[in-house]
Amino acid sequence: MAEFALPKHSKIVKGIDYPINSEAENTKKINVYRWSPDDDENPRIDSYTIDLDQCGPMVLDALIKIKQEIDSSLTFRRSCREGICGSCSMNIDGTNTLACLKSIDDVKGDINIYPLPHMEVIKDLVPDLSKAYEQLTSVKPWLQSKSDPEKGKSRKQSPEEREKIDGLWECVLCFSCSTSCPSYWWNGDKYLGPAVLLQAYRWIADSRDENTEQRLEDLEDSFKLYRCHTIMNCTKTCPKGLNPAKAIGEIKKLQLERR
Amino acid sequence: MSRQRPLSPHLQIYKPQITSVLSILHRGTGIVLSIGSIILVLWIVTLTLGESTYLMYSNIINNWFGKLIIFGFTFALFYHLSNGVRHLFWDAGYGYDLNHAYISGISVIISSLLLTSITWLIVYLRVV
Repeated sequence: MAEFALPKHSKIVKGIDYPINSEAENTKKINVYRWSPDDDENPRIDSYTIDLDQCGPMVLDALIKIKQEIDSSLTFRRSCREGICGSCSMNIDGTNTLACLKSIDDVKGDINIYPLPHMEVIKDLVPDLSKAYEQLTSVKPWLQSKSDPEKGKSRKQSPEEREKIDGLWECVLCFSCSTSCPSYWWNGDKYLGPAVLLQAYRWIADSRDENTEQRLEDLEDSFKLYRCHTIMNCTKTCPKGLNPAKAIGEIKKLQLERR
Repeated sequence: MSRQRPLSPHLQIYKPQITSVLSILHRGTGIVLSIGSIILVLWIVTLTLGESTYLMYSNIINNWFGKLIIFGFTFALFYHLSNGVRHLFWDAGYGYDLNHAYISGISVIISSLLLTSITWLIVYLRVV
């Protein structure tokens, strides 16, 4: 049975308010989830008010500004700041996205920032993704083949075959989709989740891969695949505009065809 | 070694949206239908038990509260039916684009409201 409430040690308490000291006119309050493994406190929400005239346009810019100027202990993942690395995924204004692709102006009122939902928190906005990575490994996200390519040549693919993996290869594995999915919240230990299933389909759809049958066989499982109930939170939240729900639908269709 | 890690908030903070709300409504109406079917079956059972039992049961149901419950049951029936058809399209591979999912979702709400209204109009025009 799914546990809808947060465990006792995960309940959020009121945190510290950092008001702005200057006379800035264009300000924004940013409420951030904080938790540190180094003390015995429950998670809390700290509020930082920043001057938007002295800040870049994206939510990630605001977080970096807070870390540099107000509170250096604030912890989050980031790297490329342009939506390619997938590191800065978090819950901003109630939905999951990449902080570097989310414009501050798109959020009305205060900006509320939490880690990706229903995950173990390592510190502040950094969730533990090791279980999700294990699930990714389980679908063998690499090309598998029995035949050898023509000597000295790469494996050939027609433009039409290549098109079939458009909308799949672009995934940056930020896990915004998986952690937006209620089904993954309740059954994340057994259900693979939209991000990993999209990766699985990326190799099923690839004409160069020769292990399609085995891949489908491995996914034919009431939990791994069929906990998807087409809620479509995944597609709604994907910061790259991809469609994991459709990819999962395609896998389900292929399962029907091979029966 | 640090202490036990907290679980990040989920239902508590995730913004309700058409996608998730319609999905939970599908499950909710499914549960309502399961329970509601017991009420309907009991109605039929009391009919077989003779006039007095049937009248007794009818009296329990035939008031504003009973009607409200049956009204809810008919809405649940038509919502679950309409959204079930939406699921059939998904299973056949259609309607996964986000804007298509919105259009089909709103259509489901309109059709279930419409079918519920028509049903109750028929009931009131013919019976009362």
